[in-house]
Amino acid sequence: MWVLLLLPFIALLWVPFYDVTRPTFLGFPFFYWYQFAWIPLSSFLIWLTYKAQPHDDADPAD
Amino acid sequence: MTMRTPPIEIIVCLSFLGLAAALGISARWWKRGGRPMAELGEWGLGGRQFGTWITWFLLGGDFYTAYTVIAVPALVYGTGAGGFFALPYTIIVYPIVFAAMPKLWSFAHRHGCVTAADVVQIRYGTRALTLAVALSGCIATMPYIALQLVGLEIVSQALGLSGELPLLIAFVALALYTYFSGLRAPALIALVKDLMIYIVVLAAVAVIPARLGGYAAVFDAAGRTLAARGTGRLLLAPAQVVPYATLALGSALAAFLYPHTLTGVFAARSAATIRRNAILLPAYTLVLGMIALMGYMALAAGITVAEPNMVVPALLAAMFPPWFVGFALAAIAVCALVPATVMSIGAANLVSRNIWLAYVHPAATAREETEVAQLVSLLMKVGALLFVIFLPVTYAVYLQLLGGLWILQTLPAVILGLFLPGLSAPALLAGWLAGTVWGTATVFGDGLVPVHQVILGGTQVGIYTGLLAVALNAAVTLVGTAYAQMPRTRARRAAKAAGRGSAG
Repeated sequence: MWVLLLLPFIALLWVPFYDVTRPTFLGFPFFYWYQFAWIPLSSFLIWLTYKAQPHDDADPAD
Repeated sequence: MTMRTPPIEIIVCLSFLGLAAALGISARWWKRGGRPMAELGEWGLGGRQFGTWITWFLLGGDFYTAYTVIAVPALVYGTGAGGFFALPYTIIVYPIVFAAMPKLWSFAHRHGCVTAADVVQIRYGTRALTLAVALSGCIATMPYIALQLVGLEIVSQALGLSGELPLLIAFVALALYTYFSGLRAPALIALVKDLMIYIVVLAAVAVIPARLGGYAAVFDAAGRTLAARGTGRLLLAPAQVVPYATLALGSALAAFLYPHTLTGVFAARSAATIRRNAILLPAYTLVLGMIALMGYMALAAGITVAEPNMVVPALLAAMFPPWFVGFALAAIAVCALVPATVMSIGAANLVSRNIWLAYVHPAATAREETEVAQLVSLLMKVGALLFVIFLPVTYAVYLQLLGGLWILQTLPAVILGLFLPGLSAPALLAGWLAGTVWGTATVFGDGLVPVHQVILGGTQVGIYTGLLAVALNAAVTLVGTAYAQMPRTRARRAAKAAGRGSAG
């Protein structure tokens, strides 16, 4: 599961992939909405990794 | 540019700031389970009891700073797409936090560490390396606090208050509540700060694009203005691609090494608290992206400012009624005050424990240790003031990237050591020295521009100097460790030790 955490790095550090205008979305050029989209996406990937790992250090009081 | 400011802005702004300051001072009595404030764990870590939500507010409060609300939109306004590297930076930072910080928290908790230098001292037992990490923390924090002071200065200018007096008053209020309440003050004020900034951002992204004809129109007009000015574009030029990626990666690696972010991590109640925060904190990144877009909104609205840092206040003043501008300026000021507090506490913990206690007065009591930390938290702010005065930079972001270069040099000792237990302390120290000296010389040689030009495969590319310096640092560390672990080196050392043993 930890390999999921590498996806945001690949997706965002390989800049030429998204340094384009089209397709636009709600008026945003691709460069911008693509990066915005990675905010919830990477949050979701971290959550998946969190769920998959054993909860040996869980804090029930939290 | 002159801004005519009706007094209502000033009244609203100062009322909210007064409220925040009162909250800060009363925080002294918040969540105290009867333990004395004289202990550093109480003053400097708020008693290590913060759960998921308070940690979220505290970490969000001290990680999203004047950098977010002043410096990034200024860079976007000035240079276009290149300024957006802050967005990938504040996204990829969380997988890093998730992978490394719970481990670091567990180690710190097990050994009662308050600072990164404590961690290094326990892991390697080498005082010189501990001192190196402590020094990096202090020096790296000063330009970052300086960036917060720039934010405060911008707010006072936007209110039309002239002279140094407003800055001085904010400075004294900040110093006082830090001194008295320690980490509890920013944790409590962070709640208010976030509420205020979310209101401002929601209003801005709803109202401003609607008045400018929608986002498509905003991007369109901003692109045309940038092209006419010739200072940037809506997309990255080929030469900007590598700087963009390396600034994002380098900043992300540096972000949670700073004393202030580590203070937020160590003050958490459990490792799970930190894991959950890695999932929840990206909500702030959304806000950062929206605020960055305000640079384009200002371009589209035809705002012209004498210095780019003024762009957000100028945009707000052009778009909103005075009372709301006052509220928004208070939000920006609190965005600078909260992190400045945590930064000075984090750095003060370093000085009192890892320099003063270790070198000057090892027999100090817990009370004396805390008193020194309180005093140092004041001195840190004076140091930051010197950075503001003596290091005039084009963009305030450069101050943060300079701090990033210095703090990155602690990465091998603090984080790499978590995953590679066999690193040699002398090699780590040599790596730290190489990275710090080369990086500092290079960035000052480049006139404080944080991107260094290197020739790779016949083409010239710009790479974030901090990332180059930490690569050098890691290379020296790994080569040095390999050398120290060679059988011949070990045998020679063992022979030396044996010789010493028989002589004694």
